[in-house]
Amino acid sequence: MQGIEKSFPGVRALRGVDLTLRSGEVLALLGENGAGKSTLIKMLGGAHQPDQGTIRISGQPVNLSSPIAAISAGIGVIYQEFNLVPRLSAWENIFFGRERSSGFVNRNMERRRSKELFDQIGVPVPIDTPCGELSIAQQQLVEIAKALSQDARLIVMDEPSAAITPQEVERLFHIIRDLRSRGIGVIYISHRLDEIFTIADRVVVLRDGQLAGEGETRSLTRQQLIEWMVGREIQNEFPKARHTRDRIRLSVRNLNRGNIVRDVSFDIRAGEVLGMTGLIGAGRTETARLIFGADRHDSGQISLDGHSLHIRSPRDAIRNGICLLTEDRKGQGLVLTSSVRENFGLPNLKNLSRFGLVNQTKERSAFSTYVDQLQIKIPNQDQLARNLSGGNQQKVVLAKWLERNAEVLIFDEPTRGIDVGAKYEIYLLINELAKQGKAILMISSELPEVIGMSDRILVMHEGRITGEIEEATTATQEQIMEMAVA
Amino acid sequence: MNNAITRFLGTSPLVRDYGMSFVLLLLVGLFSALTLKQQHPTGADAGRQVADLILVRHTKPRVLVITRNTPEDVEFSNAAIKRLEEKGARVLATVRGAAPDAKQSIEEVLKSGESIDAIAANDVTAKWTVYDRFPEVGAGKCVVPASYTWPDFLKVSNLLGVANQTAIYAIIAIGMTMVIITAGIDLSVGSLVALASVCVSILLRDCFGGISAGVAAVIIASTTSVLVCALAGAFNGFMITAFRIPPFIVTLGMMMMASGLSFKLSMGQSIPELPSSFFWLGRGHIFGIPNPILLMLALYMIAHIVMSRMVLGRYIYSIGGNEEAARLSGVPVTRVQLAVYTICGALAGLGGIVLTSQLSAGDPKFGLMYELEVIAAVVVGGTSLMGGQGKIFGTLIGAFIIAVIKNGMNLTDVDPFNQKIVLGAVLMIAVLLDTLRRKKGHR
Repeated sequence: MQGIEKSFPGVRALRGVDLTLRSGEVLALLGENGAGKSTLIKMLGGAHQPDQGTIRISGQPVNLSSPIAAISAGIGVIYQEFNLVPRLSAWENIFFGRERSSGFVNRNMERRRSKELFDQIGVPVPIDTPCGELSIAQQQLVEIAKALSQDARLIVMDEPSAAITPQEVERLFHIIRDLRSRGIGVIYISHRLDEIFTIADRVVVLRDGQLAGEGETRSLTRQQLIEWMVGREIQNEFPKARHTRDRIRLSVRNLNRGNIVRDVSFDIRAGEVLGMTGLIGAGRTETARLIFGADRHDSGQISLDGHSLHIRSPRDAIRNGICLLTEDRKGQGLVLTSSVRENFGLPNLKNLSRFGLVNQTKERSAFSTYVDQLQIKIPNQDQLARNLSGGNQQKVVLAKWLERNAEVLIFDEPTRGIDVGAKYEIYLLINELAKQGKAILMISSELPEVIGMSDRILVMHEGRITGEIEEATTATQEQIMEMAVA
Repeated sequence: MNNAITRFLGTSPLVRDYGMSFVLLLLVGLFSALTLKQQHPTGADAGRQVADLILVRHTKPRVLVITRNTPEDVEFSNAAIKRLEEKGARVLATVRGAAPDAKQSIEEVLKSGESIDAIAANDVTAKWTVYDRFPEVGAGKCVVPASYTWPDFLKVSNLLGVANQTAIYAIIAIGMTMVIITAGIDLSVGSLVALASVCVSILLRDCFGGISAGVAAVIIASTTSVLVCALAGAFNGFMITAFRIPPFIVTLGMMMMASGLSFKLSMGQSIPELPSSFFWLGRGHIFGIPNPILLMLALYMIAHIVMSRMVLGRYIYSIGGNEEAARLSGVPVTRVQLAVYTICGALAGLGGIVLTSQLSAGDPKFGLMYELEVIAAVVVGGTSLMGGQGKIFGTLIGAFIIAVIKNGMNLTDVDPFNQKIVLGAVLMIAVLLDTLRRKKGHR
């Protein structure tokens, strides 16, 4: 790719980026959110066209005017949100849109080929199960098989490790190494630096739509990558501050919902950050949703400052001073079609209105305080939420809850898909909230983050709390993993 | 090409925010140009004008006033006579009829020995050939009001007519816009128009004595009917929120039920026994502007404030944009959806009352296909069927775009079958433009 430029309304997403990938190479593409990674790979996938610049494959300029053009040029892009039809089986998905023989599906051939592909990958996947019922990791394998079946010479993976377990990541790395040995080029996008040092041969870092740095992984340090990404030095990845933890604020007793959450009890003290971790499906998010009233609990008690709460809806929870930053920002955190200011106002309208009439001046000035404080990068407050990068979106969600001045803050994967710089700012904010005496529940799959930012750690497995580490500083990743697989 | 259009539509703020008003203006311009015609003034003003013209040319003239026997011509004639006689002219004879009447009248005047200085006529009567049969008179004696060039489309009477007919659709479209912004749909509005119409007229006929019913009775009957429709809307909302049945299905059911009920209540008959005070809403006017138009404008003002300034409006947009995110932000989703379907039902009911008042009878056949007409107005007005996006005044403009196209095609004698084809195409083009525009906003 040479001199790639692309603009969107109000944003120059890419300004003259060059990118080269050799066959049989794993290239890590790094950058903060909004740096232009997604735009770049969408161009490779034919979803966007560059305003300027050329894309060449083996020296030949190609015009990737549509996803189909990209596929026939030998490029397979595996987006974070998979392109699978949930109702169709693995083999149907693999050959979806390319059914041969005049309108009839050649079942036997397609099933046989699918089996061969999974044999090649080295992991058995039930090929007849509807994809919607497969795990995230298995769906990912279906996507890889699909790319292989299309004779892809270049496979792009956008944050493939974001939603799968460490073991599954390990398996994915095996597969990637195998692809590499077969001469297939892989572009690997991730925010997890550990992974990049494990798998990538070379790293390219984007910042603000431009190339910020590039080099062989061997010759690079973690520090160097972070510097390229944020454009300045960051001393300490986890700036944990400790505060006196006194009285119990949130108390959860014997919370149950089916077999998803079983007998969960814990307390959070004022000024305490309680880390909660576990494998995907361990029941962490589900526990948070029960406390917040997003789902109904079958039994259990929740009390705040000694008062028992009856929470039947998120509205109840919010009224009682509990808020939840969901893990799924776009799906549950923001109304993407509304402006950032309206998103900010949504849970706060009661305080920002009189007689049902929104006081927009008050709303504007309240929001602008947070725009400054959290350094939210927006051209104006009427910008639609969907036009923001992930980090900025997360900050808008944060702003709306901070304005509520809640007593209990539940952060579910607060830094997922967020760049290093924004992560750091969110950590500082968590510190600040703890200092104010709030009770904080931080759910995270990133063990370094859990260890680095919590005071105390709970580990969940199959709906139960299977471990507790009283002093987070003493915890090791191995110790936590042991509890998590219980 | 596609890209160029997208870029243009997406980047120009003029087109982005006012695209549809621009289209409306363009249509107004187009139909004005197409219906540009020589206009001949009629009525009282024209009559006075002619009288003055005659009085300038002659002192104490002897005048014949010749018109047809239409209401406008009678006004013309009366005004002309009054002005002429005030200023000392003598009106020898007044003709209100056809050419033979004029001939006879002129003969009588001439027989009595009077000479004729001028004939006050209008554009039609001046073209009659009878005058040339009398050498003493001749067509040259005819004085007509000065004509001017003006589009038929832009005549005040035509514009008010268009607005008056659109008012009912536009009023119902307010509720529909709200529903569609929550990512729902309401197919029952057409039937609720009929239900309200039947309800109000049966109440007035059977409970309040029909033609002799008083103003209070009219108000009670109308309010009750609107409430019945609001209740039907609330029931829609209840089924949708409590059982998660898709709005399309629930309101389709309500559409059939309400229509069936209207026919049952009225036994399929039209009900004309209505008191005259009931017609004020649909046929009265204040300062020359028909009441339905005033009602429509007032409702649009209120709806605009609700949607852009009030908490309820914020909630409505947020639910359509992302229902789950709205719920998790503490929006009372169920209550807001109930409210929206209730409002939509109530406005459909109000539309039914206005229509009944306009047409001076209740009828279970009213409102047929209104739901589609109204949805078309909302969509042409730029509201996305996906929910979360749309503007109240966009809908008003959408309703008027459709109305202007219909009226313009009528004035330019487009065959009714072709009119339908054109309207269908307009709907598709509106959605196409909208899709292209939105594409630009996406990443």
